[in-house]
This record gives sequence, structure tokens and C-alpha cells, in this order.
Amino acid sequence: MAGRRVAIVGAGMTKFVRRALETGPELAWEAASKALESCEMTLDQIDAVVLGSAPDAFDGVHMKVEYLSPGAGAWGKPTIRGYVGGGTGVFAAIQGWYHIASGMFDTVLVVCEEKMSSCHPHPQAAFNYIFDHTLERPLGPNLLWIFALEMNAYMTKYGLTKRDIALVAVKNKRNAAGHPAAQLADPDITVEDVLNSEVLAWPVQRLDVSPTSDGAVAVVMAADHVARRVTNKPVWVEGVGWSLDTQYWTNRDLSYPTYVEEAARKAYAMAGIREPRKEIHIVEPYDPFDYKELHHLEGLLLADRGKAAELVALGIANRDGDMPVTPSGGLLGVGNPIAAAGLMKVAELFWQLRGEAGPRQVPGQPRRGLAQAWGDLMQVGTVIILGI
Amino acid sequence: MRRLHTEVAIVGAGWSGFRSISPDLSFREMMFEAATKAYTDAGIDPRRDLDGLVTAEEDFHEGIAISDEYVPDPMGAVLRSVHTIAGDGLQALAAGVMQIAAGAARIVAVESHSKASNVLNLDQITALAMDPVFQRPLEVHPVFIAGLECRRYLEVTRTPIECVAQVVVKNRRNALRNPRAAFPADLSLEDVLDSEPLAEPLTRAMAAAPADGCVVFVLARGDVARRLTDRAVWIRGLGWATDSYTLESRDWEGAAYLRRAAERAYEQAGIRNPRRAFDLVEVDDTFAYKELQHLEALGLCRPGEAGWWTAEGATEIGGELPVNPSGGCLGEGHLLDASGLARLLEAVLQLRGEAGPRQVPNARTALVASWRGLPTTTGAVAVLSREP
Repeated sequence: MAGRRVAIVGAGMTKFVRRALETGPELAWEAASKALESCEMTLDQIDAVVLGSAPDAFDGVHMKVEYLSPGAGAWGKPTIRGYVGGGTGVFAAIQGWYHIASGMFDTVLVVCEEKMSSCHPHPQAAFNYIFDHTLERPLGPNLLWIFALEMNAYMTKYGLTKRDIALVAVKNKRNAAGHPAAQLADPDITVEDVLNSEVLAWPVQRLDVSPTSDGAVAVVMAADHVARRVTNKPVWVEGVGWSLDTQYWTNRDLSYPTYVEEAARKAYAMAGIREPRKEIHIVEPYDPFDYKELHHLEGLLLADRGKAAELVALGIANRDGDMPVTPSGGLLGVGNPIAAAGLMKVAELFWQLRGEAGPRQVPGQPRRGLAQAWGDLMQVGTVIILGI
Repeated sequence: MRRLHTEVAIVGAGWSGFRSISPDLSFREMMFEAATKAYTDAGIDPRRDLDGLVTAEEDFHEGIAISDEYVPDPMGAVLRSVHTIAGDGLQALAAGVMQIAAGAARIVAVESHSKASNVLNLDQITALAMDPVFQRPLEVHPVFIAGLECRRYLEVTRTPIECVAQVVVKNRRNALRNPRAAFPADLSLEDVLDSEPLAEPLTRAMAAAPADGCVVFVLARGDVARRLTDRAVWIRGLGWATDSYTLESRDWEGAAYLRRAAERAYEQAGIRNPRRAFDLVEVDDTFAYKELQHLEALGLCRPGEAGWWTAEGATEIGGELPVNPSGGCLGEGHLLDASGLARLLEAVLQLRGEAGPRQVPNARTALVASWRGLPTTTGAVAVLSREP
């Protein structure tokens, strides 16, 4: 790696809720202020701002980076909005990394905001516009349908049952009970609750799916020499990777996320990780649907193909297991304000690795964690590895 | 002072268009054409050599939510590190440069396109970038902002409107020597001043008309660039900045965004006296007064001088400092999010001595400056040189 060492030195977030009274810029302001306060920095110490937000169609604002900029502390600063759909949250942190590692900036404020509730009656309508306008959109597709196809492909290929997968939703919603920002935490949820919930598009049921949410998350990133001045517990970026597969999702094997594997291999190579199953102590894979957590664990090479469900069933993926997976509660439990949800996973690793995760703290002083997000037409993987 | 850790050069350029309409090509076909030219120009095979791709696009201009889904396939970048910048093309260039300097890539392509002729309601789309709470209810077209700002500029700098009209005459005449230009014309001052009023004091002819086109560049790390070509154009400095989003609190006089962006780019490039540093300038002229305002913000002349410079012919191709020899946005057409890359394309061709009948003799250094257009206050600057 040619560039400089980069660390995360501060993090903050708003509550994740179904419908926030605050505007998008106000949510961005709250997260950004909390992140700055957490490391006792002020805006004039920030060189550049990176903004993340998913489709503009949610709140109907064109050039959304401009709209969010005053709230995110970007006034007068170099400001940029990188974008990879649902993968944006983790990608925003990667973008903060390359801003600093390149030598261009010493400090970057990364802010991800999402306000899905502006979209009436439901943000699902905005997702119609992600499909190919010639080949797919005339069919009136719904995002849930393609996830149903993917979930079915995954279950069929490996002979998994609905119960195997529902365990993920149970674990994550229970984990979220320790998260002060959580929208759908439920310490008492059972597998039966998930299996008996309303069918949306078979095999996807209501409790297999993360909610729509409003919220914002921010992290402060700094170059080596600044990070050591700001805090005695910097959390270092050890590896990053991102990969975008073909748009023609109908031509892909939906049972395996090759794009996640490509992204993970890049990140492992950069971090010098040869045996990820031994060297990664906490995993925060993207879990907008319960099967996606399993799917992604396999793409990340942290489980054999078709075997990720066993990690959950045997308790290995529990917070106190050998490989804690989604100790935050994830998108299923904390909520899914799309771009903010990805950065929430990065912030969770920051708190966990510093031993500041409170009731969610993974025991045993974990030293290295991985966060991953996914998006677009089931085609992008973004991976970041943090260590202390 | 913060500098890039690695030298980065532009080693290939390609384009499709530019034309006022392009019914025979989809945006994917335009991307394919421009990418093929750029890869051939750089002498690379994307499937073997390309590490990443950065595109610049806005969902509402594309009519697609999560528009980055559609970029890997026509660009030969499937399963590569691809992402989009929801911003101007020069910001995408910056993202590509930072990735190389950070050590994440050796060769990166940068792409942006416009299919403005597909957008039936471009004015209404632009209006969606206005503040949804305070300004959108007024139901005014954002072009009034350009009228207000132009009036302010003329008052403060005591520039006659004829100097603004002269920018149009010059740029559209330059476009007569540019086969890419969509709107070449031989106009008189009266033609410009007497065209229909747009937003007082601007007339229709003082605003760039939208056009279709695509621009692709191939960037490479210094050592790779030297192996690939002896026509590399080196990126010596980069800057971008966002000023105030709200109309009420922005700097109406001096294009503060470009002043800040230029300060950073000059610092990186080690330029102390910009007035003598460049052989040519390609600067945003979406509205004719913007060329004058931007020349002053870039420190190329004092406030109030740009108009007289233009009137005296100093900014003609044979003048003291040629400005927009390509014809600028007024002559080539406005390429929406790709407009910054269109300016960059001319600068690259000029520095390679490949600008044909509009070649500036012995051009060795160039300055490129972009503006994201109404109603934004975001701009970017790139300093280019034939020498590393």
C-alpha cells in the first residue's frame, strides 16, 4: 500500500426511525456534530467532507450533495458524494480513506444521511427506477421480487430451510436490543414470529426484511500524525475493496455474490490477511434481508458455500461466539436508512474495537473487524477492514 | 503543504459526440464508443489492465435511480473497482487520481456523459435542486439566479453587457474550428444582445444549450504512464469546493467556490502567479458572464478586468491568454455532469498538440475549471502540464 496510514478517530449517529421530523440536512448535522464532539474536534479542523446518500428519488431532491452540504459542515470545503447504491455507506468510509491516503487531505468528515420517509406512500416505489428502462421496467418489477428470486436460488442450491435463515433475523433483532439508536430491536423475538409473519413475496416474509428508515451516521477520519494527536485509541483502516458486477443480473448465478468475494480479496490483500476466518474478530456484513447476511459471509470467504447458516445455528455467530456476526443488530434490528446503515456498521466496529460498545460489547478485546455493504442490482460489494 | 503521494497522468482520451441530439445512440453506445477510443488511445486492454472506473452522473439527469448500475458493462469494467460520483466530471477525475495516489489502483478510467436530448423537462429537473422547503414553493425557474448574479457582477465590476456578449461571439466562433462542437456560429454582438431575453440582463444566446456526448479518460500512475506513452498529460494540481447552498447566504460576487478550489490546486502545483502560469484556459461558461467571473476568481486577472480583456481580444486563440479555444460550453454545448470533462478534453488535446486548426502554439501548461451549474455553488479546478 503506497499511501499513508488512515484512522477513524470519531463517530456519531442519530436514532434510526421510521419517520424523522428533522429534514435531511438536520439529520446530517446531528450525526456530524456528534462525531466531531466524540473526538473533541471542530469543523475548522476538517479539511474535506465526503457525503453519502442513496437514490435521490427518495426525497425528490436533485443534486442532493448540495442540499445536505450545509448540515454536513461542508460550507466552503472540498465536498464530494461518492455513490454505489446500497453499498454507499461502507464506500463513503473507503472514500474518506483514499482522500487521506492519497496525501491530498489530513482530516475528512464522512457523513451518510438517508430520509426514506419522504417517499409516499412507500419508498419501494422509487426502486422501480433502478431497473433497466427497456428490458425490465415495463414489467413493473418490485425490489422484493428480485430478492425473493435470489433467496430462493440460495435456499434451493444448498437445501436450506426458511427456519435456517430466520435464525439470522432473530439474532440480529435481539442484538439490537443493546443499541440506543435501534428502530426494530426485539429481545423476545422467536423463530416462529419470523416464520409466521406476513408473506411479502415468497420466500420473503415481513420479518426477513429490514425496515425503511430515516437517519444519519458520521465518522471523522485522520492521517496518522493527526490521529495520534486526537486520540490514544485510533482505529486504523487496514484494508479496503470494492467491486461492481454486470448490470445483467439475470445472467448471473444469484446463489453466490462474486462481487463481494472480489471486494473482500482486495481488502484482505491490502490488510495482509491470509486466513480471514482466524484473523477477523468481528464481522458486520450487510443484512437488509436475513439470507443476505449468510450470502455475504460466504462471499467474504468467512464460511464455506452453503454453510454460513451453521455458524448462526451453532451460536458461533452470536455476540459471545467464536466469530461474532452483526453484534450491532444490523439493518434488521437497528434499521436501514440505506447509506447511513452501511456507515453504522463502520461506526459499530469503531466502538467495538475501542471497547466502547456498552451492552453490545463483544467480549475478548477484539482487535480486527470487517464491515461490508452491498447494493445496486444485487451487483456491488464494498468492504473495509479496521484494526486497533 | 499537502501533495499527492504519486505522480498521476492522463494517458488516454476518447469521446462520443457532441451533438444537440443523438437519436441513433443510446447512452450505453456513447459510453462504448468513447471508452473504446480512450482505451485504444492509451494502448490498454480494459479486461487486462483496468483497475477501476469512476463515473460522474446524477440520477435525475439519467432518469434512473442508482444510475451507477449501468456503467460497468459498456465500459469493459465488470467486476472492477467501479463507483460513481454524484457531481461534476472533474470531481470524478479527482476521485480517480486519489485512488491511484493512495495505492489502490494503477490504471483508472474516468467517464461522464450527457444524454440531455432524452430529458423532456430539463428545466423542471434543475428546479428540483432548489431547497425543497424554502425555495421550491416559489415555483421559479433557477435561471433567475444566473440573471441576478450576472446583474450583480456587472454592477460590482463595472463591466458592460457588451463584454459578456463578446464572450459568446468568441466562443461560438472558436467552435467553428472544432469538429466536436454542437453549436458553432459566426455571430455579431447585436445577434447576441438582441436574442430573446432569458433572465434579465441575460439573453438566450448568453446561455449554453444542452448537448449529448460522452468523454472518457484513462489515468495512470507515473511509472505506468511513462511505459504506456510519450504523450502523457500530467495532473499537477487539483481542487474542488462547495460554497453555500442557500441563496440567502452565498457569495454573489466572486464565485467563491472556484477561488477556493483554485487556491488548493495552485498550492499543489506550486503556482504563485497564476497570471503567467498557463498557455491556455478552459473554463466553465455555462452562462457567458461566468467565463468572466471565473477568470477573475481563478486569479488570472483582477476583478473587473476580464470583460475588457475579452473585448480587446486577449482571450482569443491568438491572444495573450487563450480562453476556451474549444468554444466552451457555449460552442460545444453543455454536457450536464460531463461538462467539466469536456473542458478537460480540450486542454489534453491542446497539450498533446492535437487540437488541429485551433491549436495554441507550444501549449505546455493548461488550467481547467468547472462549475456544476444552476443552482449550485460547487466548482473544481485542474492544473495540467506536458511535463511531470
